[in-house]
Amino acid sequence: MSGLVRTADGRLSEVAQGSFGGGFAWAFSRDFKLAWRHPGETMLVIAFFALVASLFPLGVGAEPQLLVRIGPGVIWVCALLAAFLSLPGMFASDYADGSLEQMVLSPHPMAGWTLGKIAAHWTASGLPLTALSPLLALQYGLETDTLAVLAAALALGTPILSLLGAACTALALGARGGGMLLALLALPLFVPVLIFGAGAAEAQASGLSPSPHLSLLGAGLIVAAIALPPAVCAAIRIALD
Amino acid sequence: MNWFYFASPPTFYRLAGWLAPWFFVVAAVLGAAGVYIGLVEAPTDAQQGEVYRVIFIHVPAAWMSMFLYFVMACYGGVSLTFNTRLAAMMARAIAPTGAMFTFVALWTGSFWGRPTWGTYWVWDARLTSELVLLFLYFGFMALASAFEDPRRGDRASALLALIGLVNLPIIYFSVLWWNTLHQGSSVSFKGTSMHVAMLTGMLLMAFSFWMYSIGTALVRVRAVILERERRSHWVRALAART
Repeated sequence: MSGLVRTADGRLSEVAQGSFGGGFAWAFSRDFKLAWRHPGETMLVIAFFALVASLFPLGVGAEPQLLVRIGPGVIWVCALLAAFLSLPGMFASDYADGSLEQMVLSPHPMAGWTLGKIAAHWTASGLPLTALSPLLALQYGLETDTLAVLAAALALGTPILSLLGAACTALALGARGGGMLLALLALPLFVPVLIFGAGAAEAQASGLSPSPHLSLLGAGLIVAAIALPPAVCAAIRIALD
Repeated sequence: MNWFYFASPPTFYRLAGWLAPWFFVVAAVLGAAGVYIGLVEAPTDAQQGEVYRVIFIHVPAAWMSMFLYFVMACYGGVSLTFNTRLAAMMARAIAPTGAMFTFVALWTGSFWGRPTWGTYWVWDARLTSELVLLFLYFGFMALASAFEDPRRGDRASALLALIGLVNLPIIYFSVLWWNTLHQGSSVSFKGTSMHVAMLTGMLLMAFSFWMYSIGTALVRVRAVILERERRSHWVRALAART
């Protein structure tokens, strides 16, 4: 992590050199460790997800056919809201105590450590939601293959939510109106993910192939993973200006 | 000619004040011609009867809603790349007009949908993506005004406009990609499936809306300039004169 460069007066000087992978690994392990040592936040997200998903049968009636029909959509909307609620934690505390500024000053390229932070956020919020979703889907009486498709769609879709959410939460750093503003920024951008994600499970449930929806989600994930980290970096720079 | 001459807020303030009335005059003339052709000259539609005449507002408003978002995002991109103040002010000035046209497109669309589809609203791909566009406009305006420092709001909202740009192709191609209730486009660059009078009326209305958008954006940007530059000498001199 260090190298030799020639300074202006001709001497060789040792400076720290960053790398994309180094920044990613550092930020991922740091944020993951933080989430691991404060499991309460992840638990809250999971509890919220399970709670809201169990409110729907109470609200719309517990007829099995109706629940099978709305199950995938409800689980997706709950996952989307849970992912949204965990967003402010990604940058806000680091922004408040100045560590975000130190990270920008570190020799690692920004894209590396922001992607590491986003990956850690997904591991602490999207991954548990994906892992829990089959259980909730069973409560809604979904078939086994629909359940598998739903979990696959969540596994592909929730990273996109984390990436899009990272850009929105970085844009809203230090803004008035906090949570409501973030909802207005992030939720419209989440809509395509919701449509294709819920569409995959619906297609499977109605006997069609879910692969077009899953392919589109996968393509969306690749595009988001390439295009959004620079946007997140730009947003952080704007916030620290 | 120095293109950056008009990028200075005081110069542009005067230019905008001089240009805006002309755009409103052109908008009024084109709009009057469009309304005349649309309501009097254009024949009754064989399938839909008189109801189809909503098209003369609905389609131009929908075009403008997407076009204005694109223009706004371009101004946002320019303001981020060249760090110009005026481009960001233009982006702010365009947003409310764009949101208004998005709302008009949705509103007239639901009045058109009631007699033809039998419902005010369906969760069709184009309607949903147009609604998302409305929320993108709201998000842009909310983020632009959410900071103490207006320049910070400029930059953040410009970046948001650029991220939201991915929604435009989704709206535009939604009627091709998903075969839902909203009909396909009747006009393309290759030709049209419409009667000439209908097409003329629609294009006149579209140009009228376009000119109106420029006019309102110029009036609004003047207000934004005055607000931003309120501590500068030229604004104080202006205020002292009036």
